[in-house]
Amino acid sequence: MRLPTFIKGVHPNDYKHFTCTKLIETLPLPDHVFISLQQHIGAPCTVVVEKGQEIKTGQVVGSSDAYVSSPVHSSITGKVKDIGTFVHPVGGKVQMVYIQRTADEDQWELMPAISDWQSASIDRLNQRVRAAGIVGLGGAAFPTHVKLAPPKDKTIDSFILNGCECEPFLTADHRAMVEQTDKILAGMAIIMKILGVKDGFIGIENNKPDAIETMRAAVRQGEYNFKVVSLQVKYPQGAEKMLIQSVLKRQVPTGGLPMDVGTVVNNIGTAIAVANAVITGKALVERIVTVTGDGINEPKNVLARIGTPFQDILNHCGGLKEEAIQVFMGGPMMGMAQYNLQVPIVKATSGIVCTAEKGQPAERAMPCIRCGTCVSACPMFLLPTRIARLSEMGHTAESEDLGIMNCIECGSCSFVCPSQIPLVQWIRLGKLQVGEMKRKEKEAA
Amino acid sequence: MEAEKKVPEQSAKQSGENVSSQPTMVKKTKPKKDPRAKLYKPERMLIMLSSPHLGTVDNVPKIMWTVIIALIPAVVMSIFYFGWLSIWMITACVSAALATEALINRMKGESFTIKDGSAVITGLLLALTLPPAFPITSGILGTIFAIGIGKHIFGGLGYNIFNPALLGRAFLQASFPVAITTWTTPRTLVDAVSAATPLGGFKFEKISTAFIDLLYGNTGGCLGETSAIVIIAGGLFLIIRKYADWRIPVSYLSTVFILGGLFWLFNRVDYPSPWFHMFSGGLMLGAFFMATDMVTSPITPRGSWIFGIGAGVLLVVIRLFGALPEGVMYSILLMNAMTPLINRYTRPKFFGEPRA
Repeated sequence: MRLPTFIKGVHPNDYKHFTCTKLIETLPLPDHVFISLQQHIGAPCTVVVEKGQEIKTGQVVGSSDAYVSSPVHSSITGKVKDIGTFVHPVGGKVQMVYIQRTADEDQWELMPAISDWQSASIDRLNQRVRAAGIVGLGGAAFPTHVKLAPPKDKTIDSFILNGCECEPFLTADHRAMVEQTDKILAGMAIIMKILGVKDGFIGIENNKPDAIETMRAAVRQGEYNFKVVSLQVKYPQGAEKMLIQSVLKRQVPTGGLPMDVGTVVNNIGTAIAVANAVITGKALVERIVTVTGDGINEPKNVLARIGTPFQDILNHCGGLKEEAIQVFMGGPMMGMAQYNLQVPIVKATSGIVCTAEKGQPAERAMPCIRCGTCVSACPMFLLPTRIARLSEMGHTAESEDLGIMNCIECGSCSFVCPSQIPLVQWIRLGKLQVGEMKRKEKEAA
Repeated sequence: MEAEKKVPEQSAKQSGENVSSQPTMVKKTKPKKDPRAKLYKPERMLIMLSSPHLGTVDNVPKIMWTVIIALIPAVVMSIFYFGWLSIWMITACVSAALATEALINRMKGESFTIKDGSAVITGLLLALTLPPAFPITSGILGTIFAIGIGKHIFGGLGYNIFNPALLGRAFLQASFPVAITTWTTPRTLVDAVSAATPLGGFKFEKISTAFIDLLYGNTGGCLGETSAIVIIAGGLFLIIRKYADWRIPVSYLSTVFILGGLFWLFNRVDYPSPWFHMFSGGLMLGAFFMATDMVTSPITPRGSWIFGIGAGVLLVVIRLFGALPEGVMYSILLMNAMTPLINRYTRPKFFGEPRA
């Protein structure tokens, strides 16, 4: 039987053997953390603490009144040493709160636990999701409370939990599914209650048979009516639109959102965070991070406090090998290369991949030979080579006509390109050009 | 976000940054040292590249050399049938192609591209489409034209509009019309008196050639075109390796078969059978190795179908109604010219785009 999947896509090696059998290890508390005020899509937070202030674990350090935003919390008990701009792992400099740890053990500032969540009001639950600072932990970091409150005119009939983890190397969600199964299912049940939907699906790629087995057993045991869907191993199976196509056979319209086809997708890590926030009252201050690759001495899955510098985590994993030359935040397909290992992990850091070999793109790209491999790889059915060429030439309007804004930057086209053309990089540039053009048009109008 | 605004460079950006020498904390009033600089010493320089950080093992030279490997059976058969004539012609054309490529690289002041194999393919394909007794000097001239005008005038590899080998052959056809239609008998064909090609024989004298001879290539014809069976084998190898788009040979060959078949059903005396169409002349070589040339064929799946069908129709029309017995070359060259237009009008529907 053929497993469900989406159309096109690519098959990178998964490299998951480094960490897929390693238990999640809790890191010792870091000596200091850097809490970024911009860890989500939407309005950045404003600082609500002062320099020198004593601070508890789980205490709010930044918040915003904007709807599409999410508060940030201190992840250790300590003292605010400084507030300033520091290098952010996704590039550029962002305002952060620098906290030094003063206590050996956490003193938690907890929100009251909602143990009777089955009977709690939907508003109360979603407010908790917001107050706990929960964002999509798969990598996009979109505020979850916004996703869970769709506009009234959209009918939501199903919810998909994303356990694909299609990025090579990463195993954080995989290990969570094996080790924290009950918490994930509880979080999923809470999310489905907030959404008011009956149909719950858990999509898992077929390269994690133990996770599928554990989840299926737990679903049966807990008498949940969720359906665990085993999916074909293909990149980018975990991209929201691809996953909806695979599981529900629905195509999110161009420029639309999952709610336009009546569904919402959340990541495994998000479900855990929701369960923590509602059942124990803990804000989102820690997450599971896969530290892996052939450039690290002891690949591990770790539970790390948000704001811990990369270097601390790498040191805990035996440090970088002598030959390591690249470090990314996230998986190798969409992750960001880092030059400064003092950057802190943020809510969206699903993994730290250290490699000893230089990846794409090559030293010198060859000319495009119009082989069309990128066209047969693009899961959004675009013409990457044409679009890349157009943005290279600065033909912004034409690249927009060819659907440049639909690109999800999954990297499949650059991955397969035999000429090693940095197609995604050109497309990102083209998107900026289109944004600029739109802004100018708006100003002129 | 800042990194994305930079114009991507073709070459890798090897910008490692040193933490202690470059304070990472900036305040508006005056620059202050990053407190972390005191806490850590930078361990090493790291390479900054844009994602994705993985790539397939495929590259352009690998594709080109695989095509050459797929052509080896045809070369072997051609040597078997035509002996030294074939060896000399292939050697001369391939060397001329490499020499021209190197010379033009030198003139353009770019690095040498002879290793990528594309020039070898051009020389080899051109040689395989020439008659066995064709003058070697003319063959060299055609190769120089193919590489110089067919490929480099347009900007080199990836930028040419027409298949260089076919353009070279078109040049030879125009320059040496007699020599390019003078055929030699394969040395294994003992009882043949006429050395006409099967297509020429049918067109002008209504002589049919035995199907089995067409299949193995035991007929008059160009060096590498006569043996359909080894060409199909090489072509299938390319398709399995995904270095050739299966849609093009399938649509090209089936169009020829169906359209040729319709004419044959209509008039069995004046028109050859579809099987004869399929296995005579350069159709197999053209369908598997020339029409599928990546650079000059469409990039969209629908475009590939249109390309193959268009070439098939042109071929049948030229063979049956044109002045020439063979139409593979012109049918592909004409469709090459159409390729940019086909690409433009066959954009696939976006993911989630409503079907209009």
